[in-house]
Amino acid sequence: MVHTDVHVVRRRARRVGARAAVHAVLIGYSLLAVGPALLVVANSFKERQAIFDSPFSLPTPSTWDTSGYETVFDEASFPTYFRNSLMVTLLSVLGVIVVSAMAAHALSEFDFRGRGLLRIYLLAGIMVPIRLATVGLVELFGSLEMINTLWALILVYIAMGIPLGIFILSQFFAQVPTELKQAARVDGAGEWRVFAVTLPLVRPGLGAVAVFTMLPVFNDLWFPLVLAPGESTRTMTLGAQQFLGQFETNWNAMLAALSLAIVPVLVLYVLFSRQFLRGLTEGAIK
Amino acid sequence: MRLAPAFAASSPRRRRLRSPGARALLFCAPALVIYSTFMVWPLLQSLRFALLDDAGDWVGLDNFDKLFGDPLWSERFWRALRQNMQFFLFHCLVQNPVGLTLAALLTVQRLRGANVYRTLIFVPTTLSVVIVGFAWRLILSPLWGIVHTPLLGRTSTALPTLSLISVWQWIGIPMIFFYATLISIPKELIDASRVDGASAWRTFWRVSFPLVLPMFGVITIVTYIANMNAFDLVFTVQGVQAGPAYSTDLLGTLFYRSAYGSVQGGGDRAMGATVASATFAVILVGLLLFFLVWRRRVRTYQL
Repeated sequence: MVHTDVHVVRRRARRVGARAAVHAVLIGYSLLAVGPALLVVANSFKERQAIFDSPFSLPTPSTWDTSGYETVFDEASFPTYFRNSLMVTLLSVLGVIVVSAMAAHALSEFDFRGRGLLRIYLLAGIMVPIRLATVGLVELFGSLEMINTLWALILVYIAMGIPLGIFILSQFFAQVPTELKQAARVDGAGEWRVFAVTLPLVRPGLGAVAVFTMLPVFNDLWFPLVLAPGESTRTMTLGAQQFLGQFETNWNAMLAALSLAIVPVLVLYVLFSRQFLRGLTEGAIK
Repeated sequence: MRLAPAFAASSPRRRRLRSPGARALLFCAPALVIYSTFMVWPLLQSLRFALLDDAGDWVGLDNFDKLFGDPLWSERFWRALRQNMQFFLFHCLVQNPVGLTLAALLTVQRLRGANVYRTLIFVPTTLSVVIVGFAWRLILSPLWGIVHTPLLGRTSTALPTLSLISVWQWIGIPMIFFYATLISIPKELIDASRVDGASAWRTFWRVSFPLVLPMFGVITIVTYIANMNAFDLVFTVQGVQAGPAYSTDLLGTLFYRSAYGSVQGGGDRAMGATVASATFAVILVGLLLFFLVWRRRVRTYQL
């Protein structure tokens, strides 16, 4: 009796110890993950000397300095960059969702000759990075006189998102019960109506596609750099890159610009992290 | 009765649309048009430009001859490819064990705060490479004094350091893939193993791990494609010259310099397209190896 008690206690102690170790590792890694962002934001409010003397301390009234932010607002039009990024991201995500959902519906719903080939053709793009097409894209948009327009970026990003979008959504559309669609047809619904009826059932899929499309688009540097480098079409990522390259010796300005780029994304992410990570997780196992 | 004419008028159209092929084409048309025009066509064009000179005249394989035959070009290309492979190897060696460990810890049963950890660990992945690159450049700068060794300024340490920054940023992706697989394993399987007396450790290696194994292949090939395209981080942290002394040059930065030039000038469509085509070939070889070797060897279990 006593013997088993000791056993139980020992086992419980070991389990508590294991739990503590798990938490220690996760806390440690979480700090490593968010530490650099915190370091940048905290130092962006400090005067130059304090940044170098004590990088790890928080700003105090005596070290408080926002001259970096003033430089950023004087020298760069971050509100414009942010608006450009927002517009490009929203329209690209919307475009990918609408266009991929229609195609995924067709591929899972209609049986026709060449379906397999069409699917392979549309999905092949998952494996081929669109950056390799850059030389051709520059040529194409040059002849369309669309260099330095946001539409050039949006069209490229929609094309880029279509293969993965169709891939993820096909798995979701395949799970929509056929009876439902047949019932709608019997009730006299046209094909558009049938499509509309199935949409609510694949909502998690639409969310997953939005999540997978959003980040690469918002954070892309390459296409803004080669397709739309002009001042008025500059995106947040490119604007920050150019500003940071220009003010390389002005630490206050650099830290302020970095903070301005980090904080909005971070706030949006934390607000929607539940939906965001659910979308990623659901997309990942498909 | 009044409805009859309208019905009659619409019926031929209806009949035409009843063919599944026509309907499918209608629904696929927007995706097909955008994807073909802005991805497939420019890609084929890029491959074609590699066979033309800069004026647009046909030169056959002359550009490839230059890339592999000219000592200056071939040295640059092979160096970029070699360093790109090292970059990729670093990712595989670090991100798979770290990502799997984090995912395994996050799926420990009834772990408090798991959602908070998951959210925090994923933060770097949501940030732009430009932001991450500059933040690390400041943090690692000997000027700031947090780190005294110029890790990014030495040819021997610059590439490993950049690789680790990249892994640090992207770890969320392998983690979430492993995590998604782990939570999709039926609880009964785990419970059965525990009831049979296996420890949590043994259960993980004998039950969960074989089910996660196919994910390694998927993550590795996704990483490979992304790495062979990497550009932003090197461009941001080390500049277009991929210094010091080209020690961080990757295929992506070489492509950019070949097509659009650098501070030293230069850059033309033909050589840009040639480097892009060679990169394309490198990616295809990786894909072939993945599908022919890995996919045949590793068993996937249907749950």
